[in-house]
Amino acid sequence: MVDVRYDIAFQLYPYEKVPAQDQPAQRHPVVVVGGGPIGMAAALDLGRKGTPVLVLDDHAGVGQGSRAICFSKRTLEIAERLGTGQAMADKGVVWNVGKVFHGPDKVFEFNLLPEAGHRFPAFINLQQPYFEKFIVDEIRVAQSQGAPIEIRGQNAVTGVERHTDHVVLTVDTPDGPYRVEADWLIACDGARSPIRDMMGLTFDGRVFEDNFLIADVKMTAEFPTERWFWFEPPFKGAGQSALLHKQPDDIWRIDFQLGWDIDRKAELDPVKIRARVDAMLETQTGQAPEYELEWTSIYTFQCRRMERFRHGRVLFAGDAAHQVSPFGARGANSGIQDTDNLAWKLDLVIRGLAPESLLDTYSAERVHGADENILNSSRATDFLTPKSEISKVFRNAVLGLARKHAFARPLVNSGRLSVPCVYDDMPLNGPDAQDGPERTRVGAPCADAPLDQGFLLDRLPGRFTVLAINTPAPEVTEVDGIPVGKLELSTARHDPTGAVAERYLGGQDSAVYLIRPDQHVAARWQSCDADTLRSALGTAIGKGAEA
Amino acid sequence: MSLNLTPNIADPDGFYDELLAAHQGLSKSESDALNARLVLVLANHVGDREVLREALEAARDE
Repeated sequence: MVDVRYDIAFQLYPYEKVPAQDQPAQRHPVVVVGGGPIGMAAALDLGRKGTPVLVLDDHAGVGQGSRAICFSKRTLEIAERLGTGQAMADKGVVWNVGKVFHGPDKVFEFNLLPEAGHRFPAFINLQQPYFEKFIVDEIRVAQSQGAPIEIRGQNAVTGVERHTDHVVLTVDTPDGPYRVEADWLIACDGARSPIRDMMGLTFDGRVFEDNFLIADVKMTAEFPTERWFWFEPPFKGAGQSALLHKQPDDIWRIDFQLGWDIDRKAELDPVKIRARVDAMLETQTGQAPEYELEWTSIYTFQCRRMERFRHGRVLFAGDAAHQVSPFGARGANSGIQDTDNLAWKLDLVIRGLAPESLLDTYSAERVHGADENILNSSRATDFLTPKSEISKVFRNAVLGLARKHAFARPLVNSGRLSVPCVYDDMPLNGPDAQDGPERTRVGAPCADAPLDQGFLLDRLPGRFTVLAINTPAPEVTEVDGIPVGKLELSTARHDPTGAVAERYLGGQDSAVYLIRPDQHVAARWQSCDADTLRSALGTAIGKGAEA
Repeated sequence: MSLNLTPNIADPDGFYDELLAAHQGLSKSESDALNARLVLVLANHVGDREVLREALEAARDE
């Protein structure tokens, strides 16, 4: 039996019996457990590199409910490397203006003022089911082009047996259980990760005693495409804070912070939800416009992570590895950065081109990312929900001052929106010897920039690349079997807006960047020879200690 | 720059008067709110995180 835990928005991989179910356990190089956005992105990334992946999901498609709605530029860039970022951006809603209210009064408004010269906007709002569907659609495209990816729906993992060099899974299906062997297992099975529980691993952190009610409403009334956030909202029964944010298809996300001691069942009564939504909309429009309730849910959250994300042959990614509050859009966005970090490393290890220890750097780098997200998300939560009388006094003092004085506005924290993680001081980092801009320092993800044709990130397609600006790239096309791409740019010819010079040269005349397959900077110099480059690439694949 | 803990306010009695006057007629919670705003305004004026850290330390160490 395979339990149905949620309703399906898009049925994308209905159960089909496969011959393996009647045969002795078959060995797969990689099995991904969990077909959410993170698992599917991992499968797509590995499959596009030619590494066979089997995805096991206990449902037949994408679950209903908007859930994650805010996707960052970095996520779109990663998705575009995988082939589907533009589809997401085209469907998504772009927003720049946010308004912050305290009670009935507007405290201030902000504009994200996105920097020009990037293919993608700073953020889009998009319901998670679309995000997931676009990735699965792209997997279908990749499969048709020969990518070795297989998805098995309604295959629920019920047992994990760990061995030194592989894992054996027991998988339940509508036709009964069978066994699957995996050289490597990627667990993307969500915050309640059954794999983590079956392995007896801890998931410690901080519980926030609060309940948030989500109401997605569909209305065609004209509302500006802005993010509105209320501290201590003036409308009846709204709770401690409220959020209004637009999604595609005329859907509006409304969030109410209800506090800890609530009757969940009563609060989910549509009559009660409608009363709240009416009260909110009436403050803006006089009379509440017509709307339909699309999806409602009550959630609580925790900020926590696993101690490490690699346990032998099992790698944890996404919510299974770390969980944050929703403020700041750091859940799905950080999960996508996990797979971006993991896929190329696992691919090299499976091909025997990098030591297994490279996978420990996946854990180190993404634990660093998770800690950054947990810190930001905990701080936002403490501002939203002051935990003591005096913290509330300070919170309201900040809001009071922010109405009049610009200095207090940066202290207002309704969620610090996700920015990509920089892998500062990590073991794979090579020399930072260019004296260049801080934003493209070693460890940082490459900033996009318009070229004479297309954008820079289009030219960094998931393999090691040497980016040489105003100087020749060393003559290196591979290092110990690892292909190295070359991108030579001249700011005179290829940099129509000056963004390449500004973002990569700083005040210098030239630069050579070694860029990892996940588009993070591995090393940079003003110029460099082949031996220097080879050595940095060795460091970047975890051979540094052996060299 | 480090935190100045030597006398630095001209006419200290006058300043003290103004500080108390600002709280005149306020309830306890209004006074708490005023103090919080004052801390934030002054902290921003100082700006220097190291100095602010020293100030927090000095204030804690009664």
